[in-house]
Amino acid sequence: MSKRQVSRRAVLKGSAAAAVTVFAAPVRAQLPLASPLNDALIAAAKKEGRVSFYTAMDLDFAQRLGKAFETKYGIATKVERSGAERVFQRIGQEYGAKIYAVDVANTADAAHCIIWKRNGWLAPYLPEDVAKHYDKAYYDPDALSVVTRILVSPIAYNTKLVKAEDAPKSFKDLLDPKWVGKMVKGHPAYSGTIMNATYQIARDLGWDYFEKLARQKVMQVQSATDTPKKVELGERAVMVDGAGYLVIRYKEEGAPLEIVYPEEGTPLATGPSVVFKSAPNPNAARLFQNWMHSREAQQFLVDWARQYSAHGQTVEKPSVRPLRDLKLMKEDPEAVEKEAESIKKRYAQIFKV
Amino acid sequence: MTIALPAEAAVQRRPFKIDMSWPVLLAFAALLCVLIVLPMSWLVYYSLVDKAGAFTLGNFVTLFSEPEFRAPLVTTLMLATSASIFCCLAAAPMGWLVARTDLPFANAVRALVTASFVTPPFLGAIAWELLAAPNSGLLNKLYRHLTGAEMGEHIFNIYSLTGLIFVISCYTFPYIFVLVANALDRIPGDLEDASSMLGGSAATTARRITIPLALPALLAGMLIAFLQAMTLFGSPAILALPAGFHTMTTKIWSLFQFPPKPELAAAASLPLLVLTVMLLRAQHMILGRKGYSVVGGKTGDPRLIRLGVWKWPAVAVVFGVLMLPVFLPYFALFNAAFSPIATTLVTPENATLKNLWFTFSLSSTKIALQNTFVLGALTATLGTAMALVIGYITVRRAVVGHQALGFLATAPIAIPGIVLGVGLFLAYTQPPFVLYGTIWILLLAYLTIELPAAFQQLSSAYKAVGNDLEDASRILGATRLQALRHITAPLLRTSVIATWCFIFVATIRELSAAIILFTSDTKVVSVLIFDLKESGDLGAIAVLGLLMLLLTFAVVIAINRIPGFGAAQRLRNT
Repeated sequence: MSKRQVSRRAVLKGSAAAAVTVFAAPVRAQLPLASPLNDALIAAAKKEGRVSFYTAMDLDFAQRLGKAFETKYGIATKVERSGAERVFQRIGQEYGAKIYAVDVANTADAAHCIIWKRNGWLAPYLPEDVAKHYDKAYYDPDALSVVTRILVSPIAYNTKLVKAEDAPKSFKDLLDPKWVGKMVKGHPAYSGTIMNATYQIARDLGWDYFEKLARQKVMQVQSATDTPKKVELGERAVMVDGAGYLVIRYKEEGAPLEIVYPEEGTPLATGPSVVFKSAPNPNAARLFQNWMHSREAQQFLVDWARQYSAHGQTVEKPSVRPLRDLKLMKEDPEAVEKEAESIKKRYAQIFKV
Repeated sequence: MTIALPAEAAVQRRPFKIDMSWPVLLAFAALLCVLIVLPMSWLVYYSLVDKAGAFTLGNFVTLFSEPEFRAPLVTTLMLATSASIFCCLAAAPMGWLVARTDLPFANAVRALVTASFVTPPFLGAIAWELLAAPNSGLLNKLYRHLTGAEMGEHIFNIYSLTGLIFVISCYTFPYIFVLVANALDRIPGDLEDASSMLGGSAATTARRITIPLALPALLAGMLIAFLQAMTLFGSPAILALPAGFHTMTTKIWSLFQFPPKPELAAAASLPLLVLTVMLLRAQHMILGRKGYSVVGGKTGDPRLIRLGVWKWPAVAVVFGVLMLPVFLPYFALFNAAFSPIATTLVTPENATLKNLWFTFSLSSTKIALQNTFVLGALTATLGTAMALVIGYITVRRAVVGHQALGFLATAPIAIPGIVLGVGLFLAYTQPPFVLYGTIWILLLAYLTIELPAAFQQLSSAYKAVGNDLEDASRILGATRLQALRHITAPLLRTSVIATWCFIFVATIRELSAAIILFTSDTKVVSVLIFDLKESGDLGAIAVLGLLMLLLTFAVVIAINRIPGFGAAQRLRNT
């Protein structure tokens, strides 16, 4: 998808190898054969007639995605949307009580896939399109997860409340006293995007950045999809973090919003999807996973939702600045997986919630 | 579910064979024990073990030593105290005006108070966000528009402890209002007449007669308001995070985040439980001695005080107060439902149906509505049936040991919803009863939560009917069944309907237990609204909230209109 991804890919490869040595005791099996979208699968899926999709993506798009699948295959799609950390918690709580309700899950925190994989909850499934058109960095070596969307968490502001020349350019700028009481921020205990952003900012700028930020009287909301809405409402002038794709979409729909890619680098979170081994509708789950990573669905993701796709054949949306042109912070799901609890705890101590 | 079956069987059987009362009593006692004792035992057990299952007091040490737990406890106590005082200040005068004066539109006032009771606290909190968020809130926009103040200046900030106290008071004051108004309704006019005949001034009469007689109800109301505010999850869940603090209930809920800490959640639940029990004991001690027997006498109707010139100012104040829980929030929700952006005023040019379309396109909407109303109707029906039987047994002292049954039926009042949610979750995710993941666990939760109120309403209805009429009919040769059918049943009809509606409404607006106990297939509307709040989809919340209220009112009205069953009866004993 982009030349810039080399370093990221290297990191992912390295970490995947590490993960394998740590977690996969038996000799590594061959990568499962890529599964084409054939009539047998479609027929079996239609027979099941329904699929349940847990996701952290913005509800409006998630619902449209589900509807598109439903229209195409006549399979009723139930969309369960909440923040990635809550999706993860929900699946854990349901599995803990032996309730197997989820077919496919899409998270915004790649660390979740590490844990699900370790628990042995995931089914290997490699859609043909993924094998052909996705960089290997974007799917699990055992075909247990595929990156459905790539998210960035930029800064944004309301153009009615902030003049372009006064707008913040970097995370450091947000510590200026003029922003006291004017900022809104997502919460890492609810949102996967924010969990990753929090890890990356703390790693690159230090936890004392957050300690200073907390003194700015930041309004705290749960989801990364809520911060752009609060800025659109004018409730706060600036969002510290949140779903960049929503800022772009709302702006193009006429909202007074402007995006800022901070000088220190923009936090990055890949959003992988998985098929569960105990999925109640195993065929519909695979068909959905297959379709969701097809060029058709991925182009819909790029065009309508303004998200980044890992599919090599998607055409970029001109109004969305390509990933290769962004200075990105480095994603590190392994570290997030290890530190998630301490990040949440420390964050709660600093921001008091 | 199966364990609820004996209830129905008992309802049908009891009148035929009075000898069956022992088995009935035992069945009900067993049922109530399962409902209440099982989850509470698991709660206590979990609070005393560590992750590995070994005995420890570590959970309580953590709870009381770490500031992240101490701060919410202090906040919660402050919140509950202030909310109960505010409620009292607003509700007591209003109850007096409605019950004892010639205030115009008194029935409209009662109906509006009912409307604010029907409003779920979390929906009210969201509506008040639309009104009083410091920058985007409609009232603050109006203020800036009128005064020309700068952006950023505001007169209301709902994201604060004061804001939360205010919102909680808005939806808690009906409890005090109803208790005070009902108590004042029952004070016989001749006591006051006697006082004024003996030369007492209006003030003396109020001080020596009316206030002392209404005081127990007021105290009881304040206590209930305190308990409600302390155990409420809905409003704090909406407002506490942006305001930057936790209450005990939001903290308990956050302990279910990954990695879940049920033992800490259990430990954190116990202070709420202990405090509730202590307060109820205190209330019993204060009020238990003071037996004001004003009910049941054959005295005249209370005398209405003429307000004279104060009539219209009083109307203005009452409706002004009712703006806060009813008119303004409903306006804000209605506006958000048809507005492109939640806090932009709707005009003919920008009005949109996209929120409606969006809400009905959600795959969760239909299943949540269905679950909610099925559960509401089931809980109301089963709860009323159980309360009828238990009430009859205890009031008529039908069997030895009826007191224990009465105690068990009242006990859940001491269990805050979220605590019960935690307890039920711990109890029904493991053998012998695995119910988590079905709507039956929600049914159990709702039944347990609503039983005390239903039991109290119906047992007071039985008491009001009295034995005399039933006995008279028996003496005249009627069987017990005939007496029940021709005498007691018709007299109880309105109370049964009121109780059914009360449980129905309370079930629909329940969030605190549901938030712990739902799964994706057993989602209810309150949880769906909570999820929509997380992602900030305010338009959809407005549509769903208004729809839910509309359906609730429709059901309540329909139940009251069933031919031959419900006479027009307003929801008064709420």
